Amino acid sequence: MQESPKYWKGIEELENSPEFLHNALSEFGIPMKESRPSSDDTVAPRRDFLKLMGFSLAAATLASCEAPVRKAIPYLNKPEEVDPGIANFYASTYFTGQDYNSVLVKTREGRPIKLEGNPESPVTRGGLSARAQASVLSLYDGARLQSFAINGKAADKDKVDQEIRTRLASAGRIAIVSHTIISPSTKRAIADFAGRFAGVEHVQYDANSVSALLRANGGVVPGYDFSKASVIVSLGADFLGTWISPVEYAAQYIVNRKVSSEKRSMSRHIQFETNMSLTGSNADVRAAVKPSQMGTIAQQLYNAVVSGTMPAKPADPKKDIMANALYLAASELKAAGNGGLVVSGSNDANVQALVAAINASLGTAAINAAAPSYVRQGDDQRMANFVNGIGNYGAVIFYHANPVYDHPMGDKVAAALTNKGLLSISFNHTADETGGLCQYQCPDHHWMESWNDYEPKRGFLSLSQPVITPLFKTRQAQESLLTWAGNPNTYYNYLRNNWRGILGGNFQAGWDKAVHDGVATGTLLPAPAAQLAPAGQATAPTAKSAGIELAIYEKVGLGDGSEANNPWLQELPDPVSKATWGNYVTVPRAMAKEKGWEQGDVVKVTANGKSVELPVLIQPGQAQGTIGIALGYGRTKAGMVADKVGANAFPLVSLADNALNYVATATIEATGSREPLAQTQTHHTIMDRKPVVQVATLEQYIKNPKEVTEYEKIATPDGLEKPSRVSLWQDYEYKNHHWAMAIDLNSCIGCGSCVVGCQVENNIPVVGKQEVINRREMHWMRIDRYYSSETHKDSFEDKGKLSTYALMEDPSDNPQVIFQPMMCQHCNHAPCETVCPVLATTHSTEGLNQMTYNRCVGTRYCANNCPYKVRRFNWFSYYSNEKFETVNGHMFTDLGRMVLNPDVMVRARGVIEKCSMCVQRIQLGKLEAKKQKRRPKDGEVVTACAQSCPTQAIVFGDLKDPNSRVAQIWRREDGERGFKVLDAVNTQPNVTYLTKIRNSATSEFFAPEVEKAEKKAEPHNA
Amino acid sequence: MQHVSPVRIPLVTSGKTYHDVTEDVCRQVEAKPNIRWMAALSVALFFLGVFLYSVYRTLWYGIGEWGLNKTVDWAWDITNFVWWVGIGHAGTLISAVLLLFRQKWRTSINRAAEAMTIFAVICAAMFPVLHMGRPWLAFWVLPLQNTFGSLWVNFNSPLLWDVFAISTYFSVSLVFWYTGLVPDFATIRDRAKGPIARRAYALLSFGWKGGAKHWSRYETVSLILAGVSTPLVLSVHTIVSMDFATSVVPGWHTTIFPPYFVAGAIFSGFAMVLTLMLITRVVFKLEDYITLEHIALMNKIMMITGSIVGVAYITEFFIAWYSQVEFEQYAFINRATGPYWWAYWSMMTCNVISPQLVWIRRVRYSIPMTFVLSIIVNIGMWFERFVIIVTSLHRDYLPSSWAMFSPSIIDIGIYVGTLGLFFTLFLLFAKFFPVINMAEVKSILKYGVDNGPTYGGPNTGAQQSAYRPTGAPASAPVNYNKHD
Repeated sequence: MQESPKYWKGIEELENSPEFLHNALSEFGIPMKESRPSSDDTVAPRRDFLKLMGFSLAAATLASCEAPVRKAIPYLNKPEEVDPGIANFYASTYFTGQDYNSVLVKTREGRPIKLEGNPESPVTRGGLSARAQASVLSLYDGARLQSFAINGKAADKDKVDQEIRTRLASAGRIAIVSHTIISPSTKRAIADFAGRFAGVEHVQYDANSVSALLRANGGVVPGYDFSKASVIVSLGADFLGTWISPVEYAAQYIVNRKVSSEKRSMSRHIQFETNMSLTGSNADVRAAVKPSQMGTIAQQLYNAVVSGTMPAKPADPKKDIMANALYLAASELKAAGNGGLVVSGSNDANVQALVAAINASLGTAAINAAAPSYVRQGDDQRMANFVNGIGNYGAVIFYHANPVYDHPMGDKVAAALTNKGLLSISFNHTADETGGLCQYQCPDHHWMESWNDYEPKRGFLSLSQPVITPLFKTRQAQESLLTWAGNPNTYYNYLRNNWRGILGGNFQAGWDKAVHDGVATGTLLPAPAAQLAPAGQATAPTAKSAGIELAIYEKVGLGDGSEANNPWLQELPDPVSKATWGNYVTVPRAMAKEKGWEQGDVVKVTANGKSVELPVLIQPGQAQGTIGIALGYGRTKAGMVADKVGANAFPLVSLADNALNYVATATIEATGSREPLAQTQTHHTIMDRKPVVQVATLEQYIKNPKEVTEYEKIATPDGLEKPSRVSLWQDYEYKNHHWAMAIDLNSCIGCGSCVVGCQVENNIPVVGKQEVINRREMHWMRIDRYYSSETHKDSFEDKGKLSTYALMEDPSDNPQVIFQPMMCQHCNHAPCETVCPVLATTHSTEGLNQMTYNRCVGTRYCANNCPYKVRRFNWFSYYSNEKFETVNGHMFTDLGRMVLNPDVMVRARGVIEKCSMCVQRIQLGKLEAKKQKRRPKDGEVVTACAQSCPTQAIVFGDLKDPNSRVAQIWRREDGERGFKVLDAVNTQPNVTYLTKIRNSATSEFFAPEVEKAEKKAEPHNA
Repeated sequence: MQHVSPVRIPLVTSGKTYHDVTEDVCRQVEAKPNIRWMAALSVALFFLGVFLYSVYRTLWYGIGEWGLNKTVDWAWDITNFVWWVGIGHAGTLISAVLLLFRQKWRTSINRAAEAMTIFAVICAAMFPVLHMGRPWLAFWVLPLQNTFGSLWVNFNSPLLWDVFAISTYFSVSLVFWYTGLVPDFATIRDRAKGPIARRAYALLSFGWKGGAKHWSRYETVSLILAGVSTPLVLSVHTIVSMDFATSVVPGWHTTIFPPYFVAGAIFSGFAMVLTLMLITRVVFKLEDYITLEHIALMNKIMMITGSIVGVAYITEFFIAWYSQVEFEQYAFINRATGPYWWAYWSMMTCNVISPQLVWIRRVRYSIPMTFVLSIIVNIGMWFERFVIIVTSLHRDYLPSSWAMFSPSIIDIGIYVGTLGLFFTLFLLFAKFFPVINMAEVKSILKYGVDNGPTYGGPNTGAQQSAYRPTGAPASAPVNYNKHD
């Protein structure tokens, strides 16, 4: 190896002097000298000074431009089915002891953001209740327990298991208290648990009990099918709003309520009820009766149908509404034969026995005996026995049951839970009124985090599947039971094994299909245990009426109050009273007048020795001499949203004849204080404004469908013309799409499902009670509710204009009701578009009136100029102003923000927002179609409101597609039922409404005489 | 050049000389601030503080601090805006229209009236900006080049027309007012003793020398600006009225609005001028310049415009009936008999009935009566705008959306706050600027015509003999060239 020549840098290197070696490795070879060496050590040398200065400058700069930390975690291993930006839908099931809904869970990047109805479901047929819509927020509820706990202190799962197992072994009698459970596998797990420990008893009860109905029908809810009924008589059953399975019933009910010029027939719906319910407001004939009269009515119907003794026809049907309704009900039921159906919301066994006998006598086709419903199994007597004998139990497990709050004897349960000797375990999601008193909190997974199965009706199965990894250290309740029973199986395997018997053929394929569809057919659930108490006698209970009668009811939004900590439900206006945030005492106007109460006066209602203090709401349609109070409010430990909203009415419920009695005799006294009610609508009549909403009777419709709708004409030099014929503006030309909507007022039952659906889809903030009182709710979609009035324009002559207008503001005592969903009409000649100074609201090439939030400076001129008043202004920063942290908390926390739809921005303070016709869904539909090189098919693009509607009242689509449903409706109904709201203002909306057809003798909204006169003599000049 | 009538009552009383005028007007500029002015300024500054606090709340928390709701999206904000803009109109009318019509009596009041215009427009301009949800983006209403692509303003929007109308109005008024101030600033400069005052007024007076050329240009510019301002008197409020008239809201959508608004603006403007003048003449002892005759004349204008407004109110009702449009009819019935009936009847009483008292001569010439009347008219005109805006909006087409409006404490704070802002500016103006146009007032003095006719008292037959012409007969033109 030849050595390479070595060169020296200089003589120093060759010499290798120590001095050279010392400096050889430094950069410059020779030591640097300070230009001005200082003798003073405290003085910083120049270079140090520069270094320090540079450092400080950099530090100061860095500190001043600190960027907010954004947490974004990329997928290291992307799950196969998850594509960022693309939503996945998983079939699942919503059932929390109230209503059953088969759902599709929309997830984005692995987090559920919305629920939609599952169109595959034969039970709910793609509809979804408001409560189910809102439940996606419950998953992210900040009040949820985050881990197992002993006496409220977080504890290790294993330690809890060990302690519970030890104590259960020596507990003696064990009670599992739950609401109705319709899960076959859960029931089996409970049975397995019962097999392991002696003396296990499963007590089911319902906060909204139908115990008497179950007793009269062999322990099950009859398999009602309202679509098979041509005459429906309801004795206080709010089957469209709250009774048993409203989404299912509404979908059935509406089949016979839809009309077209080809099908000019409707079912007949007669309602007897105390409070004005959603169902009553949809009835063709409604009689307001006292609860004590309900038994007599049932008896008379029974006499008519079974014994053939018809009730007398009243001489003056206008005066004697109840007798008239009874006569109509009896005669029409009889005529309808097996097309007749009677349902009753009473929890009196005798009344239910009468009703069952009537239905049996009619041989009604509207009850499918093969498919009874299981969604109510609660046994009031068994629950009462448990509460009364709670001292005999060694352990109680609360399985999503909260009897301390939602059972009239809750105080007894609460007292018993303070006993240290009683082992108390709670599976509840939160440390609620009951769970908070338990020794062990073993929170269950949320249903979106768990596997489960359901059998709402015999033969109809459905599944739920986890759509997100459990957020907290919770464990599925069934798995807890299995663990304690010594079964090491996971609940998933347990569930699968349970299903093996019913999915014939290749199990894996059948299972995959069931999981995919969310629904399956088969029977798994054992027959429910018979009710303890006997069925009633088919005789009317003795009417015991003295003083004011109280009828306790449920609200469409909150129901029994178990999901009260959901601000979307709290702010969902009651479909009838339009009140939000709290319950109240509904009183008839005559009573308020007599006692000198104003709306908002707080009164003290005492019944069964318990009392509540609530404000008064004057409710048209409330039976004379009665009052109503809603359940579901007055929670104390539900979470920051629900606590201290309203008052709890459960203590007013009593146990009578082995069943919970939701009616009582009450005394009322004024307290002198006032509490304003948060209503989203404070004017209740239509003021004879035909251009706003149109109603006609079925009789008129049968006679001539072209006569039922009144079209406004305007005077031009060429005579009377359609308003759209005269315009200052040029028409838009739509080349590709023209999105439009049709809303059938005949199909809309006013349930409010669309309101919540829209709120979820579009990240609409919740504003809270005070802001609703200030009339600043943000809902893009609202449902206007109008009552009919006694006075009409035909009184101008004799009563004078001023007093007529004043009288028209008062609703009738038993008014007819109409619901009108109202949102941005996407006008083709939009008044809002012309007035915006900065062009923040413009017209799209596809007919949408689009709002550019980023451009909006917030002059609110558009909102003033909108004749439909659908524009909403962001008065505050609802996502950061601490005033809204309680009610809109989900926009404040990382946990809550997971529910926000990433496709829709959260609007800033100071900008206007409004319905966009779910433009993000339109865009998605178009892109999907474009990828496949085709045009979007009808039904592919559906707005959130149309999607959630249980009655298909809202149809959305493309007018450019002549075969789309919306185009067909527009064509078919033009000149018949189709009308544009405020046609003469010539805004040319892209939303067509279809005139409401009532199957009643008269429509009480408008004066019939004026109707005729107007057509001839009153051209509308806009 | 002017003709001096020996029989016509002089516009400035007490036989003031040129020097008197200068002394009287400059007195309060040069003297130490008196206690009454200090007290008034403290009150004004307190309300300015209220204004700043209310604005802070509005900007920091949002418009939600006001009482507006989803149905009534404008209320006190735009009411105040229109009210303040209207008040400004009297200043322009006095200085421009009366100048063109050669109304000499205007000279004593035009300076203060113009100042009032400018301050009123400043107050008015607060509202279009503050009522925006995002006022920091207010510049987006200007047609500026931007980096946002093809974004541009909407020339269809009356709000945009407002932007142009108000900004034009403000700049023209400011220039007109300042032009008039220049010679007077020079007077003060020449008299100033302190170095700061001399320096400041020298700057303000733009080197005015009082040369013939200066005066010639001054006259020309004044005339041109008067010509430019005159259409503004009509156009500004016309455009403001279009904010309402071009909408589809029943009660707003009315073709009568432009003339009705202009009359209303002049009406309220004169009322405000009267309020201010009556205070100023007392506080600064200017009774000889702002005489009872001025007050009576302004009262007459107020009465006429008030009557025009009254006719407009009645016409609206007639048209609502005549149109046979349901919504229109209801809007007006609701105005008079609905929940806001009290606002409507306050407006009717204050604006239509009370000015008719001016027909009575005693009222016309009574200072306390005039003062009360001017305040009543201003209240009435505020109610007029409130009635138009709120009662039309609160019950429009869909009964489901009907709602009531009630103001929040911040609404009230901003309103009284702008009064504070206005009076702060006006008091500063009154102290540091000459409140009366000395140069022009001197031109109408009857003093100083050598051997010429002078006023001999009211023209009654008895006095005819008391008047002894010393030179040419009273009817003969005065030859000023004889001056030597």
